[in-house]
Amino acid sequence: MLFDYANILVFVALGLFMPAMMMGLGALLRPHNPEKRKLTTYECGEEVSGNSWINFNIRFYLVALIFIVFDVEVAFIYPVVTVFGDWVADGRGLFALVEILIFVGILLAGLVYVWTKGDLVWLKSVVTQGDEPEPTLPGGPLPGGTLPGRVVPGGSRHVAD
Amino acid sequence: MQAFLDTLLGDAVGLERQLGYLAGMVVFGAVVVFGFVLPFAGIVTWAERRIWARIQSRVGPNRVGPFGFLQWLADGVKNILKEDIIPTVADRPLFRFAPYVVMVGFIAAFVCIPFSGDLIIADLNIGILYVTAVTSVVVVGILMAGWSSNNRWSLLGGIRAATQIISYEIPASLAIFPAVLLSGTLSMQGIIGEQGAAPWQWHMFHSPFTLLGFGLFFTAALAEGNRTPFDLPEAESELVAGFATEYSGMRSTLFFMAEWGNLYVIGALVTTLYLGGWQVPQFTYNPVLMNLAQMGVFLGKSLACVFFMIWLRATLPRVRVDQLMALCWKYMVPLAMLSVFGTATLMVALPNGSHTLRMATFAVVVGVVIRFAFKVRFHLKRSRALDYSSLSTGASQGLSS
Repeated sequence: MLFDYANILVFVALGLFMPAMMMGLGALLRPHNPEKRKLTTYECGEEVSGNSWINFNIRFYLVALIFIVFDVEVAFIYPVVTVFGDWVADGRGLFALVEILIFVGILLAGLVYVWTKGDLVWLKSVVTQGDEPEPTLPGGPLPGGTLPGRVVPGGSRHVAD
Repeated sequence: MQAFLDTLLGDAVGLERQLGYLAGMVVFGAVVVFGFVLPFAGIVTWAERRIWARIQSRVGPNRVGPFGFLQWLADGVKNILKEDIIPTVADRPLFRFAPYVVMVGFIAAFVCIPFSGDLIIADLNIGILYVTAVTSVVVVGILMAGWSSNNRWSLLGGIRAATQIISYEIPASLAIFPAVLLSGTLSMQGIIGEQGAAPWQWHMFHSPFTLLGFGLFFTAALAEGNRTPFDLPEAESELVAGFATEYSGMRSTLFFMAEWGNLYVIGALVTTLYLGGWQVPQFTYNPVLMNLAQMGVFLGKSLACVFFMIWLRATLPRVRVDQLMALCWKYMVPLAMLSVFGTATLMVALPNGSHTLRMATFAVVVGVVIRFAFKVRFHLKRSRALDYSSLSTGASQGLSS
């Protein structure tokens, strides 16, 4: 068995060697004449607007948090599904099934909680002025008295990325 | 492989034997990596361009070699000769190391991917778990690339890729479980060994739940491999080139080699888990012939999956970020749970399996495929019957009237 796992090390070494070989071969062949403007950050040809190591949207962290819970769950189910067939053969299948269902049920309750809290919704309306009416999208139903397709400025906007 | 090396090494002992093992492993590994993985990653780029061209009524690359077949070599040579540009504001060590991480995560998956009944580098007893674990290392590389470039396109592409890959890992892992439940093992050869040569003996047709598992696994694997319709991390219409924006020459080629090579990993995993792997009927007792036939069947099934992914990329538009996340967490995770627990409940209810259910599932799938084939035939015939010159005059008449 150790022999099999040693192969993983060999493949990791090959995975490092292969790009290194190509980069090394390239280093012998490719030109190298850096220039100040060539080495600037690419922002579609505009002047660079500053450092990009900025805070990004909190939703990405939220997804990572949900992921960790579910990944741990998956890691725990792996051994159970592997031996489940043996338990069924022993006549203890129903017991095993109910046990996993309880385990996963608790975690599913977590998913339902996140879902009902609205944290799975990626596009969120941010209402900046609470007393403004809902905006009307072009082509939508006309509210009485307003112009067709008028979007209330600052009333509501979609935050996307 | 160890048995094979034992016959070669004879009665060598101690350090000599260990070195012999090491040399054998390196040779086998190098044959797989340089003889299969790298040419495959190159050839599939050519194949993809040719197939797209055919689908979109174009010609595609046809100049370099017969049918343009050597295009991938020409592209490789060109990329090696390109200047390597690292922006001054980038984090240099991370920037340079990111492609290595991606390549390691991609190449290490091949340890466990079978080629035939006897040809596999190492049939680990945790095979499928190992492959899922190792392929997620790619996320780290992509995130490193996105962050270290110090470019907003790269940053957005990198965190999008990370969010997408970790999200879709949940349905992908859950959709592996029906196959593991039915096999009772995580080893790749073990999972294939539990299936049969006839299509209705594949895990895919065991019940409607495993059919659902197959569909979910394929979709989630597409999303994990950043393939269209889920190629948001490098959406060129929004993010220039996503996490690879600042990369040039060989360094960017390494990312794309990993991405295209991943097509084979996805195809091989789907084939192993749900499509019966290398199973062929026992037509001969010659082990060489048997292994060759198994290899042909396995490669055929995997390449059919690869073709299907290329076809999808030419057909489907890209989804939006919110659709992507909603699809994962609101549809695929609950459906994957249904698939796992449906299979488990069936196993408890019918411990010996139901032949009727299996044949019914198989018949439904065959019916759907035949229906689709007839639809395709109808559209092909109609498009051939159309006279384009009369079509254009008809359109101009329609405009003038």
